[in-house]
Amino acid sequence: MISVQQIHKKFGKLEVLKDFNLEFESGKSYALMGPNGSGKTTLIKIILGMVIPNAGDILVKGNSIKGSFAYRSDIGYMPQIGRYPDNIKIGQLFSMMQDMRPDIKKYDMELASEFGLMDMLDKPMRTLSGGTRQKVSASLAFMFRPDILILDEPTAGLDPIAVEILKNKIIQEREKGRLILITSHILSELDELTNHAIYIHEGKVFFNDTTESLKDITGESKFTTAIARLMEWSLKKKQIKTELSHV
Amino acid sequence: MFKLLKYALYDIVKSRFALLYTLFMVLVAISIYQVSEDMSKVSLSLLNIMLMIVPLISAIFATTHFFNNLEFTELMLAQPVKRRDVFLSQILAVMFVLSLAIVIGFGVPMILWGADSSVLILLGIGIGLSVVFAGLAFLASVLTRDKAKAIGISLSFWIYFSLVYDGFVLYLIYSLADYPLEKPTLALVFLNPVDLGRIIMLMQLDISALMGYTGAFFQDFFGSAKGILLSSAVMFVWMILPVSAAMRVFKRKDF
Repeated sequence: MISVQQIHKKFGKLEVLKDFNLEFESGKSYALMGPNGSGKTTLIKIILGMVIPNAGDILVKGNSIKGSFAYRSDIGYMPQIGRYPDNIKIGQLFSMMQDMRPDIKKYDMELASEFGLMDMLDKPMRTLSGGTRQKVSASLAFMFRPDILILDEPTAGLDPIAVEILKNKIIQEREKGRLILITSHILSELDELTNHAIYIHEGKVFFNDTTESLKDITGESKFTTAIARLMEWSLKKKQIKTELSHV
Repeated sequence: MFKLLKYALYDIVKSRFALLYTLFMVLVAISIYQVSEDMSKVSLSLLNIMLMIVPLISAIFATTHFFNNLEFTELMLAQPVKRRDVFLSQILAVMFVLSLAIVIGFGVPMILWGADSSVLILLGIGIGLSVVFAGLAFLASVLTRDKAKAIGISLSFWIYFSLVYDGFVLYLIYSLADYPLEKPTLALVFLNPVDLGRIIMLMQLDISALMGYTGAFFQDFFGSAKGILLSSAVMFVWMILPVSAAMRVFKRKDF
């Protein structure tokens, strides 16, 4: 459903993504992992059109995203840090987002009401705590029943009850056959929510396969230890490279 | 597009700045009207204040607004809307508020104490300068990632067009006094929106006789239909150019 083709992105001299290729298919849920600064958020922002790649293209449902904007109505995006205008109220924010998508008439307000946001619709965004903002971001991502859900560190800053609510919602949407893409550093959570692992290291795909084959390859029975093994390997590879370069 | 503009305007009107700026303009206009009865003197004083204040406030306000609203911009960019529309809604909202402040600020005293055509031209120049400097400020903002740097660049635009440029022109005229300079000066005026506004306005007030031969030449040029058309066209180019340059950069910018 999303096809990332030979994406290349530099910020100044720093090469964030190099010749990057990935395929995301509908009905699967992907865990996007990698150390800090490995290019996860950049990849997501490129898919959303917020960052423009130096080369390469992205196809969403078979159409290039270059110069296109309508495809974004198929994507529900929950940013790492949800930042909103100070003066706007929660209710106004909701109705504004609904205004942006005039074709969609039925809204999924389940998350908003379970998070208790429906009782605080006239609270301005600037008075909200970080966790409540995350709840607003999550509610917005699911509100329009998008075919693609991109969640960047969805549970960071949420309290345990909210985390459970959000997890249940993600599982529920996964069963409906939506494409779900999650980045997180909480591995146990990714194990629960996703069935496909992608590990990015220094702007390249280091591992891309199902969770089962990840466990097979690493010889570990638990997801968390399997990922830890993967991280070790990726670091070793780097060490070998640097050793060679000093010869 | 109109939806975006609606929300952008809503946000900007809620900020206290718009109100304060309008109030300031009203106070300036009222105090000047109190000092003199003579309409042309009033418009001249208003002009001098406007040529200093309007570009400065427009540049600073537009830059700070761009960076304060960066979150809103980022939020909109993840929505199914065109990048162009996100940009235009932001800048049009800023231009609208700045122009409204001038129209209300200078307009209300005019309705109370009377006005003539020169004052209407003054309003037009004020709006034109607001648009030009808001455009330059947005250009500075999209070219940098840092708020302080962008404000610095916007301020240098203001210093350049309001102070440095005039010094440069004066120096040129002084050192080349032996040559006929009417046409080169005219060209130089076109290269600075503040000077252009000043000259257009001065030619409306019968004081060009005080400016010697060049004044007479200017009077002849800006008084003619061709001159009026050309000078408004140049002003228009000044209003469009920074905005379209800023939009080009914005379309390729990473957020």
